[in-house]
Amino acid sequence: MTMLDKNGIAKRIAQEVKDGYYVNLGIGIPTLVANFVRDDIEIEFQSENGVLGMGPFPFEGEEDADIINAGKQTITTLPGASFFDSATSFGMIRGQHVDLTILGAMEVAQNGDIANWKIPGKMVKGMGGAMDLVASAENIIVAMLHTNRAGDSKLLKECTLPLTGVGCVKKIVTNLAVLEVTPRGFKLLERAPGVSVADIVNATEGALLFDGDVPEMKL
Amino acid sequence: MIRKTVSGVEDAMVDVQDGMTFMLGGFGLCGIPENMIAQLVRIGVKNLTCISNNAGVDDFGLGLLLKKHQIKKMISSYVGENEEFERQMLSGELDVELTPQGTLAEKCRAAQAGFPAFYTPAGYGTEVAIGKETREFNGKMYVLEDAFRADFAFVKAWKGDEAGNLIFKGTARNFNSCMCGAAKITVAEVEELVPAGELDPNQIHVPGIFVQRIFQGKNYEKRIEQRTVRKRN
Repeated sequence: MTMLDKNGIAKRIAQEVKDGYYVNLGIGIPTLVANFVRDDIEIEFQSENGVLGMGPFPFEGEEDADIINAGKQTITTLPGASFFDSATSFGMIRGQHVDLTILGAMEVAQNGDIANWKIPGKMVKGMGGAMDLVASAENIIVAMLHTNRAGDSKLLKECTLPLTGVGCVKKIVTNLAVLEVTPRGFKLLERAPGVSVADIVNATEGALLFDGDVPEMKL
Repeated sequence: MIRKTVSGVEDAMVDVQDGMTFMLGGFGLCGIPENMIAQLVRIGVKNLTCISNNAGVDDFGLGLLLKKHQIKKMISSYVGENEEFERQMLSGELDVELTPQGTLAEKCRAAQAGFPAFYTPAGYGTEVAIGKETREFNGKMYVLEDAFRADFAFVKAWKGDEAGNLIFKGTARNFNSCMCGAAKITVAEVEELVPAGELDPNQIHVPGIFVQRIFQGKNYEKRIEQRTVRKRN
């Protein structure tokens, strides 16, 4: 079985980014999505610390301590960009003006619950903007590996970690598959190249629905 | 014109006391009130409650106050860059209230605008909502969150004038402008303090009514937390 690497996941998610979208990218795999978005469409990236129209990293020597993204990395802005305060930024998110949110997860449940901010006793860094993003966005795509390092499924019947939000995830892109959250469980929409339905069934703990030939992702 | 200028950081913080609650602007190390944090370390006030999105790094920003055990409680959304913070939190020395970032910003704005509380969908169904009132509006569930109440708001701006009007630069605006007027007293330090009349009233981000004291800051380090660059072709 071959599976996608992180860039492959990002490349597939980039196909979900449509002309005219304002997009918020989380840290990790979601950040890579920016590298694969078609250049014939008009989109703007929002970073919740207060910028719309985020561009690439600055050239060496042109870093500005006052212009960073939510990952605290130095960035640049593109023509048409704007800066604003944190309350306005989350107004864009809560008010559903941002069209698409792409973020990582530690666990997703078949009812759309998501856990990505805390491992009790191990990692307690805080939720940052994740709870606001998942509670408000109409269109959330989770980018993650299908299983954890121990090989256990991250697509579960119920989350075991403290929740970030309830019933909010609509679509998941993993290294094995594209899935949609439905009232009856995870619906398998696409397989990664070279990955069989059986591979995906084995790696999924939550209810998995599929019918007929599940198409392979086009990358 | 109502003049807000004070001579410097000592004057601006003369009535700061043990046990107070402070709001501090900044996102990571971007836009933090460097001069006033340094002064808090010098004064040595203790048992502080600090409302700030992050807690600095080990040797800069609020990390300097943590190292000296001046902070009793932190209210933040993300505290991942600071080992001393993690140590004090896990040992129980430090009380930490983790708050979703948008809720944190809105708790400031609500205080500034005179709202005692507001409903937000963030955190519904999670441990953040435990013990809080919830309510349905138009088929969606919301959590009731209280506005902050603080003694001082310490903010940093790029330019300011004698009347307390402020202009920010880039993403250094972040929580700074939300915190102005959200505490009993707001103190602003600025990189460039100019006479009244020099700033274009059309370009003001925070009107001076929200600021009680303003002073010219010194020796800004403006540290970069994650220096990311690309190569020239």
